[in-house]
Amino acid sequence: MKIAIASGKGGTGKTTVATNLAYVASRHGRAVAYLDCDVEEPNGHIFLKPAIDRTDPVCVLVPQVAEEKCTGCGKCTEICQYGAILNFGKDTLIYRELCHSCGGCAMACPTNAIAEVLNEVGQRQTGAADGIAFAQGLLNVGEPQSPPVIKAVKSALPERALTIIDAPPGTSCPVIESVRGADFVLLVTEPTPFGLNDLDLAAQMTRALGLPLGVLINRSGRTDKPVRAYCKKNDIDVLGKIPDDRRIAEAYCRGEITCDIEPSYRKVYESLLSEIESRINGSD
Amino acid sequence: MTELIVISGKGGTGKTSIVASFAALAGSMALADCDVDAANLHLVVNPSVLRREAFSGGYLATVLADKCTACGKCEELCRFDAVSFDGPSGEMADKTYRIDPIACEGCGVCAYFCEHDAIDFSLAVNGQWFVSDTRYGPMVHARLGVGESNSGKLVSLVRSQAKKIAEQQGLDLILVDGPPGIGCPVIASVTGADVVLVVAEPSLSGFHDLKRAADLTRHFGIKTLLCVNKWDLNEDLAAAMEQWALRHSLQVAGRVRYDSAVTKAQVRRRPMVECSTTGVGKDIVDLWIAVCTAAELPRSVVDRKAVTAP
Repeated sequence: MKIAIASGKGGTGKTTVATNLAYVASRHGRAVAYLDCDVEEPNGHIFLKPAIDRTDPVCVLVPQVAEEKCTGCGKCTEICQYGAILNFGKDTLIYRELCHSCGGCAMACPTNAIAEVLNEVGQRQTGAADGIAFAQGLLNVGEPQSPPVIKAVKSALPERALTIIDAPPGTSCPVIESVRGADFVLLVTEPTPFGLNDLDLAAQMTRALGLPLGVLINRSGRTDKPVRAYCKKNDIDVLGKIPDDRRIAEAYCRGEITCDIEPSYRKVYESLLSEIESRINGSD
Repeated sequence: MTELIVISGKGGTGKTSIVASFAALAGSMALADCDVDAANLHLVVNPSVLRREAFSGGYLATVLADKCTACGKCEELCRFDAVSFDGPSGEMADKTYRIDPIACEGCGVCAYFCEHDAIDFSLAVNGQWFVSDTRYGPMVHARLGVGESNSGKLVSLVRSQAKKIAEQQGLDLILVDGPPGIGCPVIASVTGADVVLVVAEPSLSGFHDLKRAADLTRHFGIKTLLCVNKWDLNEDLAAAMEQWALRHSLQVAGRVRYDSAVTKAQVRRRPMVECSTTGVGKDIVDLWIAVCTAAELPRSVVDRKAVTAP
């Protein structure tokens, strides 16, 4: 069972929720995996403190031209939609950071002058944290494309009874890559105008992917009404709320798991997990 | 003309709230919202849209069912798992191939190699961009379509349009609200910019993410300033982050305290400095003055009419 935690807006508490869910499930003896798919700014490791036992490079394929075979026909430049390969006469310039690894240039080259070679764009790390299987990705600084690293993180670990996917903020390709294939998407929002605006975008994205979703209101308090009204109108279940509690913010700052230092919150996360699981099981 | 980009690494550190207040303080300024996936600045500066344009960042492949012979070449060549054998029946085959528009990367390989010309490859509409007026100056903003890619191209477009407007109107500052992270849209936001302000929060996560954001701006050789927002949530970490910044050739521009008045201002849809210029409002005014000094902004930008509570 795979549960993805996403949000649209950044800083709403995705990592807090993802790590606490993994923590409570693991305390109940469940086989849990936590995948940090925010490969631009991964933070789950700060809370789960895993022992990393393996680091692998994440590579993508990029073209390399054998000049002696190149006839300067320009077919590679013609097929490339990303401006990543420019052929002038016998000279070919390759912009690796623009390449999407579609392989088009190599397939189109009539003289087989283009080979595809590996280019490292990031790293994948795996390990364990107190019984939780852990994986994270790290996009190399200056590399624009995170989806290949996210893909590598998602395939890092064998399937477990419960897999928690911590997604990056936003609604575009990195988020889509992260949540694709999940059984359920939990959208974490905060009851502010920014939170609501971005919840709407994230909900639209999740529905466009055809995935079931629910909402958790974080820093819940006196301004919850518009979020609840939005969810009701759009037929989205609110599966739980976490109060606006300065103790949580301070524990977060120190890199501590809420349920570890404030056991009273365990019930909140246990009930959230069972709400999600009953929806996944109910739809089977 | 100076282009100042506000980024954060980690999301939700207060970029947009700070940009909205800077907008209220600055003169001779154009605004740009480059968080095209999840734009929020419009919720505070309330733009009136003057011009609305479709954004096309690339192409999209679609199988023409009546020409598809179900040979399967497209599925074999696609590297993005976008092709599946579950399309409708057509004139040539009972079942045809289908391309998932969300998974399609727009590379065109399937269309190029289809022997039956059965794949349409046309410009896709990936979003919209807007030129607007606000009470602080002109603004360029955008909205990426749901599930669309090409956010980097849209960011570049927003920046270039804001620059054009600033040139036409003789404005001295382009103030840019950037996206979170360090990937494609952030790279598109900071490349070629004059100054970057990183807004970080004093948490272990915030510190970790600040380091990666600062690595990115160093990679591109851009002058970088730091503001620790909500600094009093963890004073020791705030100080450690500032020390780190100084050792890594960032300039520390200021600190902003944690105060629920910032959320209240957001709920009222007003920049914080228009609600109060004491407390957290004063922190932001002081930060603005420090940023103006560090970025060597001209008097036309700094000397704005006095900020008054409504």
